[in-house]
This record gives sequence, C-alpha cells and structure tokens, in this order.
Amino acid sequence: MYKIVNKKILNPTVTMIDVEAPLVAAKAQPGQFIILRVDEEGERIPLTVAGYDRQAGTVKVIYQIVGATTAALNQKEAGDYIQDFVGPLGKETKIEGLKKVCMVGGGVGCSIALPIAQKLHEMGCEVHSIIGFRTKELVILEDEFRACSDKFTLMTDDGSHGRQGVVTLPLKEAIEAGENYDEVITIGPLIMMKFVVATTKPYNVPTTVSMCPIMIDGTGMCGGCRLTVGGCTKFACVDGPDFNGFEVDFDEAISRGAMYKDFERHAYEETCNLFNKEVK
Amino acid sequence: MANMSLIKNPMPTQDPLVRKNNFDEVATGYSEEAAIDEAMRCLSCKHMPCVQGCPMKIRIPEFIQKIKECDFEGAYQIIAQSSSLPAVCGRVCPQETQCEAKCVRGIKGESVGIGRLERFVADWHNAHNTGDIVRPEPNGHKVAVVGSGPAGLTCAGDLAKKGYAVTVFEALHLTGGVLVYGIPEFRLPKAIVQKEIDLLKALGVDIQTNVVIGKTLTIDELFESGYEAVFIGSGAGLPKFLGIPGETLKGVYSANEFLTRNNLMKAYKSNSTTPIMRAKKVAVVGGGNVAMDAARTALRLGAEEVSIVYRRTLEELPARKEEVEHAMEEGIDFKLLHNPVEILGYNNPEDRRDPMNGFVTGIKCLKCELGEPDEKGRRRPVDIPGSEFVIDADCVIIAIGTTSNPLIKDTTKGLDVNSRGGIIVDEETGKTSKDSVYAGGDVVTGAATVILAMGAGKSAAKAIDEQLNTK
Repeated sequence: MYKIVNKKILNPTVTMIDVEAPLVAAKAQPGQFIILRVDEEGERIPLTVAGYDRQAGTVKVIYQIVGATTAALNQKEAGDYIQDFVGPLGKETKIEGLKKVCMVGGGVGCSIALPIAQKLHEMGCEVHSIIGFRTKELVILEDEFRACSDKFTLMTDDGSHGRQGVVTLPLKEAIEAGENYDEVITIGPLIMMKFVVATTKPYNVPTTVSMCPIMIDGTGMCGGCRLTVGGCTKFACVDGPDFNGFEVDFDEAISRGAMYKDFERHAYEETCNLFNKEVK
Repeated sequence: MANMSLIKNPMPTQDPLVRKNNFDEVATGYSEEAAIDEAMRCLSCKHMPCVQGCPMKIRIPEFIQKIKECDFEGAYQIIAQSSSLPAVCGRVCPQETQCEAKCVRGIKGESVGIGRLERFVADWHNAHNTGDIVRPEPNGHKVAVVGSGPAGLTCAGDLAKKGYAVTVFEALHLTGGVLVYGIPEFRLPKAIVQKEIDLLKALGVDIQTNVVIGKTLTIDELFESGYEAVFIGSGAGLPKFLGIPGETLKGVYSANEFLTRNNLMKAYKSNSTTPIMRAKKVAVVGGGNVAMDAARTALRLGAEEVSIVYRRTLEELPARKEEVEHAMEEGIDFKLLHNPVEILGYNNPEDRRDPMNGFVTGIKCLKCELGEPDEKGRRRPVDIPGSEFVIDADCVIIAIGTTSNPLIKDTTKGLDVNSRGGIIVDEETGKTSKDSVYAGGDVVTGAATVILAMGAGKSAAKAIDEQLNTK
C-alpha cells in the first residue's frame, strides 16, 4: 500500500497528489511515468511523473478526473492509501545539450511539461513556455511555469485569461520571428500535439511529443500501447513515452485512444452514481 | 496385476456446451478410484523411460507405485522432491511430448496418464495437508530472484528449502507471472497458483510486488544491497505482430493484452473496471497454447463464432493436444492452411466522426499448401495464388509469440544477449556472462513452456547453491 501524503485541488477537474514511494522517488526523471491501482479491484492506469522529492521519498502526480479510476482516486484524501504504485517507467525526456527550448503544454499535460521545463531551466537552457487551457478556471501551474521560463505565454480558448487562441498561434509567431529553438517539446491532448507538429514541421524545428496511449502492464509485456512511429510499431511503455513528433501517426493514435469510449463513459457514470449514493 | 486397458481412464470434464459459458476449470480431475485404476496401467519399467522425458526428472514410476498402494501423500512427497509446482504442471505440461511420449504403454495404445496422475496427487495433497511447514535453518546467504513466474518460483523454492534468504521481485501487482496473467482460470485456477505461492511464503520467501528490475532497481543495485547472486526469470517480452496492414485497428489485440485484461485484471467479471471487447466474431491468429487460451477466452466472453487461423495443418499445431481437443469440442473453428495478409477495418468516407470508423471488420487470408521443409524440418506453408478471401471478424487476436524485453539487458552492463535479445546462458547451470547472475525461462529461450522454465529455475538454483556454498 502507498500513502497519499499530500493532496491539492488545482482546479475543478485536476488534482495533485504526493505519494510515498521511496524506490520510485529515488529514480524518477522528468518524462517518465508510473502506473497505479486505487484499490484491489481497480484497473491499472498510467500517470506521468509531475515531480519528486528524493529525500522525502515522495512522487508527485497530477491527474484529471476523466473516468472511473480517476474519480475513485479523487475520493482518497491525504493520509489514505492506494493499492499499487509502480515505476518509474518509460524513458526520461532527453534534454542534454539543449540551449534553447520551447515547451508547449496543454491542459493537464502542463503538469508533465513543468518538471522538464524546470530541469531545462536549472541546466541553464533558455526556456520559452506556451501553455494553453480551455478557460480561466482550468488554468494550472501558471506561477510555476513563470518561475522557470525566460519567456512565458498563457493562452485560453475563450480569452478569459492570458491571450485568446490556441497554443500554435504564438508558437508559429515565435518561429517566424526568428527564435531558433533547438527543440520544441510538447505535451497535451493528442489533437494539440498533432497541430504543434504541423506548425513546427514546415520550419523543420525538431519536435518531441509525449504519448500516453492505453496501457496495462507498462513494462513491455502486453503490447496495448503500440503506436506507429516512422512506419514501425513502437511501444510507448518501453520505447517512449517521448517520440519524434514528425514520425508519429497521430490519427491512428487518436482513433485507438477511443477504443473503450463507451465502456469508459458507462463506468464513469456508474462510479459517480455510487459516490453520490454514499454521500446521500 | 497390471491394468492392460489400451486407453487412459478418461478425464472427467465439464460438458462443452456448459463450460463454453463459464470460466470454471474444464477438467475436473480423477477420483481416487480412477487414479488407482490408471496407476495400475503403469508397468513400473526398470529403465524408467518416462523420467528421461521430464525436464524436472520427477521419479514417475515411484510416485505411481505409491498411488497403487493408496499412499497418496507418499506419492506427493516423491513428486515434491523434484517439483515445487505439481498442481500446476499436472494441468499445463505438454505431457504428450515429454514423459508420456516415452511411456512403453504408448507403443501399443495410449500411454499412462502421467499428467492426470500428477494432478490428482497434487490436488489430493492440497485438499488434505495440514499446512505444517518446517522452515529450513537459514544459511546466511541472500539471493534475489527477478520475476515470479514458473522459473522464478521454482528457483526461489529450491533455494529457500536449502536455507537461503530469497527475495522475489515482481513487476506486476500480483505474484505468479504467466500463471496469473497468461493462463486462463478455466485451465489453471488462480487459487491453485496462490496455494503454491503461499507455500513459498511459508518457507520464508519474501515477495516484493510492484518492483520492475531494470527500472525501479537495477541488477547492479541488487548486488550493492547485499544479494550474492541474482536469478533472472523475467519471462518473455513484447508481443510479435504479423507486420500486415490493419494491425493497429481498434479490435486488434495481442494475445498478451487480451489475456492480461481477462486473467490478471478480471475483465470477464461484471464489476471489473478494466474494459475488454466482447466481440461476436473473433479470429485468433496462431496455433500455440496461447492462441487456444485466447480463442477459448473469447468464446467465454460471449463470442458467437471463434476461429483459429493457422498457416499449417493440425499436425504442426504446437498447442498441447488436450487444449486443441477441448477447443474443438467447444466449437472453435480451425481454419488451417490459412495465411492472413490484411486486417480490414470500417471506414465511412461520408462521416469522419462515425464511431465505427477504425474498428475491425474482417481478416483477409490466402489459402496455403505445405511445401518443402524449412531449417527446423517443419514443412513451409506456400500461398495458393488467387485463393484470397475474407473471414468476417469484429476482433482479431494475434498470438504468434513474443520478442525479448529490453528493460534488464539495457540497464545491465556485461550481460550478453543473442541476436534475438535472449540472455545467453550456460545450458547446464543457467550462468550468464555476468558474474553471479543466472537466468532461465522465456527470457532465455523466447516463448516456451511452463515446465521448461521450471527446469531452468531448478538448474540455476542448484548452480547458485554450488557457487555460494563453496564461498
């Protein structure tokens, strides 16, 4: 069992927890992920590492309440325990030698982008961050990003906070204005990453994307997380989760991600009903 | 007086029409009477050919003699000296190519049902034993075992019995490896696996789940924390795919994923939070035990038509004979001499948002005939031009084997692997190129059988004992 030592609600659908897992905390690097199960009957879900405290032996994960498992996880409070927590899995984000990087984050994906941005900043790399959200009340980690970015742009779809528009807008402007990025690192919804790649590709700016497909074991056994990258089958759990954005077949990944949509919606509704009954 | 019947006592099974709708065990096991009657078929050959066919070298005629004498616990004790998982082996070993293949009775008629007798003895013991386990005197040595599948459990058990402090590291949340995530409940009830694991724990084996060696800890770190030898039994790796168009469509599974969802994550239970596709028409590509398990699982999940698509004939089919027979009885359609060339998917050009877009609709195959033997001596299937046709399917499961897992080899300096990524070992001892590191099971051989993995775990335990005892 793994103890939740801290819980913070970042916005109505996004929560941050610190989980006591000393072995994972000792090794975790930005870009890697963990797999957890909330309870004995629970499913295994992958969540990307949002931070770690090696001394305290805790790992930070940030999750959006999107389905039955994240809804069940959100019922847990600081001091409660979750059943399983394993990692760190996948390869860390490769950042050695980078001098100037643009981080592009979308929604809850920003929580994964943040530790990478922080590490880049620590190693003296010039960091430009563009983070986007649907609307003001969903904005997370704004201060944290400001603190580690040489340039910072916040976008909302409806213009309720920061600039109005999508993240690719300022990205394109920056590239056209002659910002010579060594690399663009983007983490967020698949559709956003697809358009980030479509923006950077004409200028040939190397672009790394972080993929989070459906997974079970996360250790290179089941093959559920396969993606087509550069025409070859790759496994996000052991070959990724980071890939060369120019080579990823996003349309296929988007399609595969929707395989259990009906099941997930049904399971989520059932879980919510269950919790509502408990409350009553 | 030997029982000279030419056929084995039949194994009682659930009726095929009933069992195809449940996940309960198919074969229900011999009664005491049937076991004794079957034991009487054994001629107690002096040269014991059956023992030569057993990777664990179980003293088969001796345990069968005990059954003849109605001393079932005595029979168990003889098996237990060689095998730590008899209830498992009695169920999943390919006996027809091992011990039973060598049985003299098999020359004229059927061999003695050695596997069925082994299972009977193990089940009898599990039902009657008192659970008193004497923990061996600790010998002061620490050994780490990576993976809790058949290789790891066997190695851990043998070492624990000699007094070693053994820690087993398991990547998943449950212990048992392929016995838990791979082999379905109807062929190997998980309660039986759990019983064997409880036995190891009672012997003092420490099992750490949720630790991925190669990620959470490395092999070198295990040595740094005081382990004197490491046995790697981490199993086979990533599933192989066919490399034909359409394999990333929704509804295409690797057998590993399909079985893991069902067996480890219990997706067949109505309250499971892990989804699985409950398809109506399922095509399983492959002919091994894993393919049979996947096909029969799909049937039990409610499929109306399930077919096995295999490039060769029944004769070459690598699955255990009993599983093939059971699958046929349950109504699985064997499409033999069929070579899949493309998986077809739904695509509505009028509506890109049609929710059915990207789901499997069928698998296109060519019919084959057998040509010249390949390097392994198996006759190679040759496509018949123009024989193309489509099998309708809303789910396709690929069960054609696995490739090696990269996690340990990528993080362990000095550990040599072959061109396929399998760890290179000395066959006798399981010794790898790295000092004090041993390996065995699928991580060495690629996908093979439970019993071969157990045999490798056993040899390695012996070699580790010899190494550490002479220190």
